[in-house]
Amino acid sequence: MMKLSGLEGLVIRPNSNFINIGERTNVTGSRKFLRLIREDKYDEAVSIALEQVEGGAQIIDVNMDEGMLDGEKAMVRFLNLIAAEPDIAKVPFMIDSSKWSIIEAGLRCVQGKSIVNSISLKGGEAEFLYQARQIRKYGAAVVVMAFDELGQADTLDRRIEICQRSYDLLTQKVGFPADDIIFDPNIFPVATGLEEHQNNAIDFFESTKWIKENLPGAKVSGGVSNVSFSFRGNDTVREAMHSAFLYHAVKAGMDMGIVNPALLGVYSDIDKDLLDRVEDVLLNRREDATERLLEFAEAIGQSTKEIDKKAEEWRSLPVNERLAHALVKGIDSYIIEDTEESRKSHDRPLHVIEGPLMDGMNIVGDLFGSGKMFLPQVVKSARVMKKSVAYLLPFIEDDKRENDDKSAAGKIVLATVKGDVHDIGKNIVGVVLACNNYEVIDLGVMVPADKIIARAIEENADIIGLSGLITPSLDEMVNVAQEMERVGLKIPLLIGGATTSRVHTAVKIEEHYKRSQAVHVLDASRSVTVVERLLSKDKEAYINEIKADYAKVRDHHANKSARKEFLTYEDSVANKMEIDWDEFSDKQKPKMLGLQHFKKYSLREIASYIDWTPFFQTWELHGKFPQILEDEVVGTEARRVYSDATEMLKEIITNKWLRANGVIGIWPANTVNGDTIEVYNSDGSGEVIHRFECMRQQIKKAQGQPNLSLADFIAPKESGKKDYIGGFAVSSGFGIEPHLERYRADHDDYNSIMLKALADRLAEAFAELMHEKVRKDFWGYGSKENLSKEELIKEKYRGIRPAAGYPACPDHTEKPGLFELLHAEELTGITLTENFAMYPASAVSGLYFAHPESKYFGVGRISKDQVEDMAKRKSMSFEEMQKWLSPNLNY
Amino acid sequence: MMRVFKDSGKTIKSLLKERILILDGAMGTMIQRHILSEEDFRGERFKNHDHSLKGNNDLLSITRPDIIKDIHAAYYAAGADIAETNTFSSTVIAQADYHLEDAVYDLNFQSAKIAREVADEFTHKNPDKPRFVAGSIGPTNRTASISPDVNDPGFRAITFEELRAAYFQQVDALLDGGVDMLLVETVFDTLNAKAALFAIDDVFEKRGEEVPVMVSGTITDASGRTLTGQTTEAFLYSLEHFPMLSIGLNCALGAKQLRPYLKILSGKAPFAVSAHPNAGLPNAFGQYDQTADEMAEEVEDFLKNNFLNILGGCCGTTPEHISAIAKVAAKYAPRQYEAQQVLNHA
Repeated sequence: MMKLSGLEGLVIRPNSNFINIGERTNVTGSRKFLRLIREDKYDEAVSIALEQVEGGAQIIDVNMDEGMLDGEKAMVRFLNLIAAEPDIAKVPFMIDSSKWSIIEAGLRCVQGKSIVNSISLKGGEAEFLYQARQIRKYGAAVVVMAFDELGQADTLDRRIEICQRSYDLLTQKVGFPADDIIFDPNIFPVATGLEEHQNNAIDFFESTKWIKENLPGAKVSGGVSNVSFSFRGNDTVREAMHSAFLYHAVKAGMDMGIVNPALLGVYSDIDKDLLDRVEDVLLNRREDATERLLEFAEAIGQSTKEIDKKAEEWRSLPVNERLAHALVKGIDSYIIEDTEESRKSHDRPLHVIEGPLMDGMNIVGDLFGSGKMFLPQVVKSARVMKKSVAYLLPFIEDDKRENDDKSAAGKIVLATVKGDVHDIGKNIVGVVLACNNYEVIDLGVMVPADKIIARAIEENADIIGLSGLITPSLDEMVNVAQEMERVGLKIPLLIGGATTSRVHTAVKIEEHYKRSQAVHVLDASRSVTVVERLLSKDKEAYINEIKADYAKVRDHHANKSARKEFLTYEDSVANKMEIDWDEFSDKQKPKMLGLQHFKKYSLREIASYIDWTPFFQTWELHGKFPQILEDEVVGTEARRVYSDATEMLKEIITNKWLRANGVIGIWPANTVNGDTIEVYNSDGSGEVIHRFECMRQQIKKAQGQPNLSLADFIAPKESGKKDYIGGFAVSSGFGIEPHLERYRADHDDYNSIMLKALADRLAEAFAELMHEKVRKDFWGYGSKENLSKEELIKEKYRGIRPAAGYPACPDHTEKPGLFELLHAEELTGITLTENFAMYPASAVSGLYFAHPESKYFGVGRISKDQVEDMAKRKSMSFEEMQKWLSPNLNY
Repeated sequence: MMRVFKDSGKTIKSLLKERILILDGAMGTMIQRHILSEEDFRGERFKNHDHSLKGNNDLLSITRPDIIKDIHAAYYAAGADIAETNTFSSTVIAQADYHLEDAVYDLNFQSAKIAREVADEFTHKNPDKPRFVAGSIGPTNRTASISPDVNDPGFRAITFEELRAAYFQQVDALLDGGVDMLLVETVFDTLNAKAALFAIDDVFEKRGEEVPVMVSGTITDASGRTLTGQTTEAFLYSLEHFPMLSIGLNCALGAKQLRPYLKILSGKAPFAVSAHPNAGLPNAFGQYDQTADEMAEEVEDFLKNNFLNILGGCCGTTPEHISAIAKVAAKYAPRQYEAQQVLNHA
């Protein structure tokens, strides 16, 4: 992940939403900004930066490249001024210049971790390396342009060539972290009328995809408005082009971009005909694409009146639909009159909020969630919402008075938790509660736990309500609950927001706050009932009801094999599997130590190791291969998919659709303290280079049955025996994306699933093949092994290869360590997402154990004491460890 | 140029895996125990200096080395593994207040040398507990990223380049004097710290040798931010590019108030984590009342939660405090951070 900072941190993870970079503080892009700088009106120039941040920019691009300006001076002055504005300086800056001296002057002004935009190989390798090293010393990330000594990359091949070369130089010669590298593969205009520009957008999408697949860690950015250069002056077409371009670019993996939120429409709202024509151009789908888009553009030009009429058509819809439309489009011109009209049609003003406004915001939420709206647009929607609510507030106050509400019924402190900025839902809850006569103290967004707690104590609050929309907020809510417990608060805790759930509250939050009760509140409309009951006389009964309900939820969630007895962790270690290590001889000594990697391994060879039975399971055809082909019930269908599969497999192999890369390693190892496998440097120095932390069965076994752990299969250090462990990571999924895309475009789900299923089978087969090579050659203990393919599938060989995330080793957090040991990212290109999923998806990784008694088993459920011990061993917090192991907990 | 990592640096790294290392306590508090006159500060060498020198504590390394050596010895005797040189303000920028820019090299060299002598004595007596010297590098008295003039927010009283040059000189002299490691501390402006780290890298490059570098920031108050407005996370992300030994927090707050911010560093930093808190918050007279036992009780909470690898004291702490916290620290295992490094790269 990429970590940046202004006054606050910004972490860009592989699955983060698209990051908007504000482009208005750029003299080359904004005439207004240029004028202000030239006329020395820095105050106004600063306010442009503020507007950008308020409009949703998460990074601010600053550029002072103009012939008549002293660029260094202007850059320094402007950066120093915005550094003094906390509302601007909270975001990271992008120091944008084509002159190194301006970049360096800028780097000397920023305390946070900024991004340099940009460097390239234009001036040769020496200059490139020097600048990259300096940037690293100043502690910034970098944008690299696809540009070299020969010029700017304008074809897919040139982009790939330059990006690969830049990446290799940066990561290998400079030691620049790949996570801090952003490629700008050049967004060029389309529909210029020139044939050589027809593929410009596609080339960008393809190079983006290529970068994300082949340059692990690297990000992709670009200046979006360039693509619509030919349509300057025609904002309707430009907006549509930007939105459609971004839609496809983000799908291809584009992480961030310099955009003007004012010139960005909602993808799903683009006129169908216009969208077709725009996408014809972007995707170069037909010969006459440019002419057809021009026709459309000219038509708009000629009949702007008609367009105006069309644009205003929504005004004739019923009022509630108009409100929804205004929210989705972020139009605030009519919001007051529409709100008023809707208010008149409702009994109580509050119902406008609970009804049409909430409905509209739900649509916005869905569109955002599905990637059809971008953050700046959501911010616009929120503004319209706020305007409407602000208009309704005085009416709501009156309504309250009329309904004869007296003193406040209770005091509630509300906050969006630290790290989260989403407050629409929380604000609505605040309004609804206030309307029901509760005193609401709203602490705003990104509020740290100690502040929430201090305020609640100070105000003698009756309830604390937490809100959050993004997933990490869930953990922060747990943190708040823990802190409330620690300082001894005894008031109820409400949990709300899009990602929260009753299950999460019941399983993860409740237990940390025993002094009172954590309660999940599904939406604003329920908040009143919940609060009412929590503050009523029958509070105890209500809390007991919740406790009982949550206990049930937990039971259900854990799907408990209840009433099973568990040993303490200590006792389970004592009951480990005893292998007679005196019997153990040095025959296990591997022929090879260290790493061995394979690129583009022969798919034909791999294919002969495929185990077909699971393939049929993918298609929900159950039975063993090959008997399944003759099965009475599913035989016909099985034969059909099998024939299609072998057909496609042939294509895959002959036309090299997929590439298979893999790496294996073998190192000296010993077990220490029961469940830790120490891995030693293969140079024989005895240096501990890694520790695998294994999980042990804790369920009480029948007399004489051991509580197994993978660590039992490696000789303990005190035995004095030299033992070894192996590891591997293989994937056969490289290059799959274009083919999947092709099927997707044809709406051909069948072939798409087929290809994925085959890629998965190939990955498993590759793992089987590698394991055989390890036994026979690299390790060599099975050099005399002579098994048929069928016997291989039945695992009739000596040794096992358990994988992290599977029953013998359910702990996914063991993967990064294995990947480091194997140098898997560099050597194979397989990467781990932050949640430790492998990419490409058709990948297998795991460990090799060679002892004849090693076998597969399931760890099953474990107790808290083992989680605590693991957390300590892995120096993770207990909470985090517990989070990763949650499916395996017996409590 | 090839850079060699000094042997003492390797020893520190391996010790960090075994136990929590103890840093010394306050220098100023200990100097205040002596009644010192202008003459004490001037000594023979600065007898005729054109500016008052009383209060320039760093100068005592040259004019009253006996006092400084005693303080180092008291901290080592109390159980400190690492003593900080008496060089918090030994840069041309901070010494300009006393017109002592010309003495800066000597200040650093002498301070390092006397601390080295005391450390070596202790190591010689008990080779099983090697003692180390950390060159203390303060923030100077100027901020590179905020303006001292409220009417001109774009103004800066010091630039990155001026800071870098000043730090280069200090670091080079400290290494000449024989320090084992460097401690960039009390960071209230991250840009100042970036300049220090830039200079350190330049010095390493010039000398062809490297020593471990500790960085310690200062959270000014309950806002949870540095003086220049950064959150703890932002502070960490801004400096993470430098391959440091440890990152941590010191000064301004007592142990109890530091807790939430140390928890953040402990959860996110791919380096060792350090803390040297003040002895509580100052009373109405600016003095620190927290006793050694009270402080030990507060830091025990960090230790129980495995937040730390290095622990010491800042303002108001004395050898008694260090002895008390060293005893508590001996009971707990250090924070393991290799896993954090792995996670960070996942």
